[in-house]
Amino acid sequence: MDAVALLIQVLNGVQYGLLLFLIASGLTLVFGIMGVLNLAHGSFYMLGAYLALSFTQMTGDLFLAILLGIPVALAVGFLFERLFISRLYARDHLDQVLLTFGVILILNEAQSIIWGDDAHGVPAPHWLQASIPLTDTLSYPVYRLFVAGFCLLLALAMGLLIRRTRLGMMIRAGESNREMVEALGINIRLLYAVVFAAGISLAALAGMLAAPIESVYPGIGEQVLIVSFVVVVIGGIGSIKGAFFGSLAIGLTQVFGQVLIPSFSGVAIYALMALVLLWRPAGLFGRG
Amino acid sequence: MLVLPNRRMALFLALVVVLLATVPFVAETYYLKLATRMIVLAIFAMSLDLLIGYTGLVSFGHAAFFGLAAYALQVISPQYAAANLLLALPGAIAVSALAALAIGALVVRTRGIYFIMVTLAFAQMAFYLVHDTPWVGGSDGAFIYVKPVLGIAGVTLLDLESRESFYFLCLGALVGSYALLVVLLRSPFGEAIQGIRLNEHRMRALGYNTYLYKLASFTVAGALAGLAGFLFAAIDGFVAPQLLGWHQSGAGIMMVILGGLGTLFGPALGAIVFVGVEEVFKERALVGPLADHWQMLLGVFIVAVVLGLRGGVAGWLVRRMGSGRQGADGGRPGDA
Repeated sequence: MDAVALLIQVLNGVQYGLLLFLIASGLTLVFGIMGVLNLAHGSFYMLGAYLALSFTQMTGDLFLAILLGIPVALAVGFLFERLFISRLYARDHLDQVLLTFGVILILNEAQSIIWGDDAHGVPAPHWLQASIPLTDTLSYPVYRLFVAGFCLLLALAMGLLIRRTRLGMMIRAGESNREMVEALGINIRLLYAVVFAAGISLAALAGMLAAPIESVYPGIGEQVLIVSFVVVVIGGIGSIKGAFFGSLAIGLTQVFGQVLIPSFSGVAIYALMALVLLWRPAGLFGRG
Repeated sequence: MLVLPNRRMALFLALVVVLLATVPFVAETYYLKLATRMIVLAIFAMSLDLLIGYTGLVSFGHAAFFGLAAYALQVISPQYAAANLLLALPGAIAVSALAALAIGALVVRTRGIYFIMVTLAFAQMAFYLVHDTPWVGGSDGAFIYVKPVLGIAGVTLLDLESRESFYFLCLGALVGSYALLVVLLRSPFGEAIQGIRLNEHRMRALGYNTYLYKLASFTVAGALAGLAGFLFAAIDGFVAPQLLGWHQSGAGIMMVILGGLGTLFGPALGAIVFVGVEEVFKERALVGPLADHWQMLLGVFIVAVVLGLRGGVAGWLVRRMGSGRQGADGGRPGDA
């Protein structure tokens, strides 16, 4: 593999990893703060991808579709938290896993009823459709660079929000002691619903951004869900920093796995996870 | 606590077994196969109950061991001849047990939510191993053209091509597995793993190597799931990667919860009910056009059970059959 091909694969890996970070950060936040394992998280990635498909067909532009799709995702996430997830805070993980598993089955079939079982492509916005030529034969699509940069900005913004703002302070406080936060007069129910809706919307946003890269087809959510699990396990549950480095590691492993060991590429990321577990059973940035 | 059925409950369970034993004499092939599936999945559900209900390990990857044994049968079987049950069955169970030992050595170091995610991830690894590699049919699955026979020195004692003999073999395996698990759980080993579920710190303070106990339990459960997977592959003579998939693992957990965890007979009943409910949802005459989207009905059913039915079928039965001490809805695992 020469330097240019290597560069392309590294860029692909980083871009995929950053996209994964959007999904995994929502998953790890919701778990870290509310103690809920939400298997249906991947279904909202799928929802985002299909919203991007429909709204792009309506408006003709992916960014308008994203602007329309985010409020929808926020609303769905908020309702979902109030209707189902809020009943699970006092229950054990077994009930959480089962209930959200049931929700996956429902959402999968709803997708099949509403959008059908075909695969669809979504065009990138026309001003991002160019490619940067690297050699005579190889080039790199601008849209992928844009996605990587956008995700990086979001990651920075999220870090600032959690460390530097009042909302972030409440989130961190809610993570360590729910009762105390409540006693201090903060509406923890609302806080939970907001964090959950935000996590869901991040997954949906990832689905929308990925739509032009990956195309939209049934079952995309489940693949992504399990890969995000691997990210969260590697990074340490509840750790945003862990999710960030875990995502990049998984993105690069996945991409180079496909290039170097194509028939075992599906296994590579799990092998990485096994190695990390041997070394640090609670993940790279996990506590205990 | 191991919940042994009280006298009325035991009578009820014996009645269920007797009823199941009459199925081959009254049912058509389709329903005989359905009953075989129920019985085989009941073994699978009991093996998972050993982990969830007794050891406190919520595994979301149990289908991996179920599916690996199914694939082992396919690989062991000669293409156009029957495999010998005496070799194929222990071989397939050994494959599952070894896989459970290897994966278990890694996963039982983790606890709670981690354990759920890690078992799920390792099961997906096994799934992709058979899904992406072309060795055993890849994503299309593979056929077992000739079903195994039980033969000694060239004399065929039991041919699994015969649906009836196969059915009785499965029923025997179900009753045998139940007996084996009861014996295991009443042994010092069984007491120890139940102690671990209730309070692992205390067990460690008492000098138990809890890691080894949990690993042993994980391996035994994997081996028993292997028995179920082996039998399942022999029902239709077909294996597909979905047997190892996480939907299968989720269905297993559902059977355990539906039946009532920590009772053994509960999850077995749960499996029978679950397969029956699935069958109803697929029936166009009953649910109309929704039969095409039966998984949606299944999802609604699962959500309803989680929100509504605490203690499962076993809990309900135990309450009905009136018995003061033996509750099926005792402590629940999974919180760490």
